[in-house]
Amino acid sequence: MNINMDMDMGPVAGEKSLLNYRDWAALPRKSCREAYGAALRRLGEINDQVVVLEADVGNSTKSVLFSEAFPDRYFNVGIAENNMLGVAAGLAACGKIPFANTFAVFATMRAGDPLRSLIAYTGLNVKVAASYAGLSDSYDGATHQSVEDLAIARALPNLTVLVPADAHQTVQAVMAAAAYRGPVFIRLSRAVLPVIYKEEAGFPIGRGRVLRRGADVTLIACGYMVYKALQAAEMLAADYSIKAGVIDMSTIKPLDTALLREAAEETGRIVTIEEHSIHGGLGSAVAEYLIQHHPVPMRLLGLPDVFGESGDYEALLTHFRLDAPGITKAVADFCR
Amino acid sequence: MLTPDEERFLKGKAAKLRRLVLEAIYHAQSGHPGGSLSYVEILTVLYFHTLRFDPRHPADPGRDRFILSKGHACPALYAIFAELGIISPAELASLRRVGSRLQGHPDMTKLPGIEMSSGPLGLGLSAGLGMALAARLDKRDYRTYVVLGDGELQEGMVWEAAMAAAKFRAGNLTAIVDFNGVQLDGTTDEIMPLGDLAAKFGSFGWQVMETDGHDVNALAGVFAEAKKAVDKPVVIFARTIKGKGVSYMEGRYQWHGQVIDAEKYQLAIAELEAVKI
Repeated sequence: MNINMDMDMGPVAGEKSLLNYRDWAALPRKSCREAYGAALRRLGEINDQVVVLEADVGNSTKSVLFSEAFPDRYFNVGIAENNMLGVAAGLAACGKIPFANTFAVFATMRAGDPLRSLIAYTGLNVKVAASYAGLSDSYDGATHQSVEDLAIARALPNLTVLVPADAHQTVQAVMAAAAYRGPVFIRLSRAVLPVIYKEEAGFPIGRGRVLRRGADVTLIACGYMVYKALQAAEMLAADYSIKAGVIDMSTIKPLDTALLREAAEETGRIVTIEEHSIHGGLGSAVAEYLIQHHPVPMRLLGLPDVFGESGDYEALLTHFRLDAPGITKAVADFCR
Repeated sequence: MLTPDEERFLKGKAAKLRRLVLEAIYHAQSGHPGGSLSYVEILTVLYFHTLRFDPRHPADPGRDRFILSKGHACPALYAIFAELGIISPAELASLRRVGSRLQGHPDMTKLPGIEMSSGPLGLGLSAGLGMALAARLDKRDYRTYVVLGDGELQEGMVWEAAMAAAKFRAGNLTAIVDFNGVQLDGTTDEIMPLGDLAAKFGSFGWQVMETDGHDVNALAGVFAEAKKAVDKPVVIFARTIKGKGVSYMEGRYQWHGQVIDAEKYQLAIAELEAVKI
């Protein structure tokens, strides 16, 4: 795919953070979890208060990269996610900056009580690295995928919720979370994903980024769906003459409501896209704000109240119409 | 060994705490008298004898840490805070009222001196282990104490923490089980038998001690012994009586969380005031 830029759109602030994503085939592909592990290790070098906890999936989450460099600051608690978050809270209460690692499904649902009562309620400085989120652990199936974690994390007061879009943003999210004082939930992907952000694009917690300006509709996405939204925006322009804007809403909470209002005013239509159930995630967050303050027609794309299943990652996304053609068609139908 | 003066002092404090606990729960018309009364001596000996803790500097980095994992028993903790001057005695009357720092279960963000928020049972030992590990990382010699209920040991997460504390050789962590044999719905034997807890903790790699949980002398002794631990966490089973000090409450599960009426309150206070030190 190679489509000319829509010249009358003008430059977009957030776009400066992007690589030349329109050359889709040439985009580098990087493993988000490898990037995460490397970021953790780098963080360990910069900040000796950072400690890492793991629940026996260190070779999967790549927290193991930290353990090689800092064995004394690495605690593998075994297959015991509840205890891991409890220990993390105790460490944070004594001034440490713990990064606790497990799959998103276990971070929120197995360990939901310590996440709520010892981390969110206390406001302690714990970073919960929720790996293998969305459908990214595709072959393992519904038990290991996580399409409910945002709904849970977002409902917990005090908890900041981040969703980086690619490997570069994963690194930036880790650094931003460490610099931020308070509990942070970072939703991470297992996958090797196309890199759309420049390496040092930063991660402005609490601010969405306009990656493409639109006139007819704004696509608001997070995680891997940002890339899919950018692709869909190009297809919409080429095949339907629909000018779709794209926002990367990389912080689900606190939500950038000023940007939401701006997008709603500018384009009058909003479509949210998330690798998550449409109940309680990004779409719900956006709808909750808009319905009260600036109601515009909306569509929520994501999993429609179903569990995932095993399969190839991209095939699964296609199955749930979360690929570029699926998104394009849904948006075109909506704008018609 | 305590001196006779120390012993008298601690017993006097314990007796006073029981009255303050009853008073606070009665005024709130809500709370958990049974489990608050059962660990009064444990708390008294810890705060007035064992802990390295200066109430004028409740955030001193070198202080010993105390976590009340059985958070519902917090009226006794608030009462000892009043005795230590962390809060005023008058503030006890605000227990469980809107806007109060004295929440129904301890909230570390509201009240200085609370080291960890608690309430949902089974969480405190994990948090205590985190504090113990932080002490090691920072090369500090403070110790962390966690009081758990015996019913609380039915929570699986306690055993996750028990495994981990042994693995990480947390000799600076001491768990104290308020072993009163009674939980909300009945006795622990009826509701969920706990088996041989000493053998269980022992096989997990803990050093196990037992004591009379109402004998201040014995408590001071085991706490001193526990301080000698180097690379094994210590669990102390303190045999207690739920509702201790109020005859109609003693050993009765019905007083886990029952409201106290005026008549019953007068009866309880009369009994507690009659205690000779």
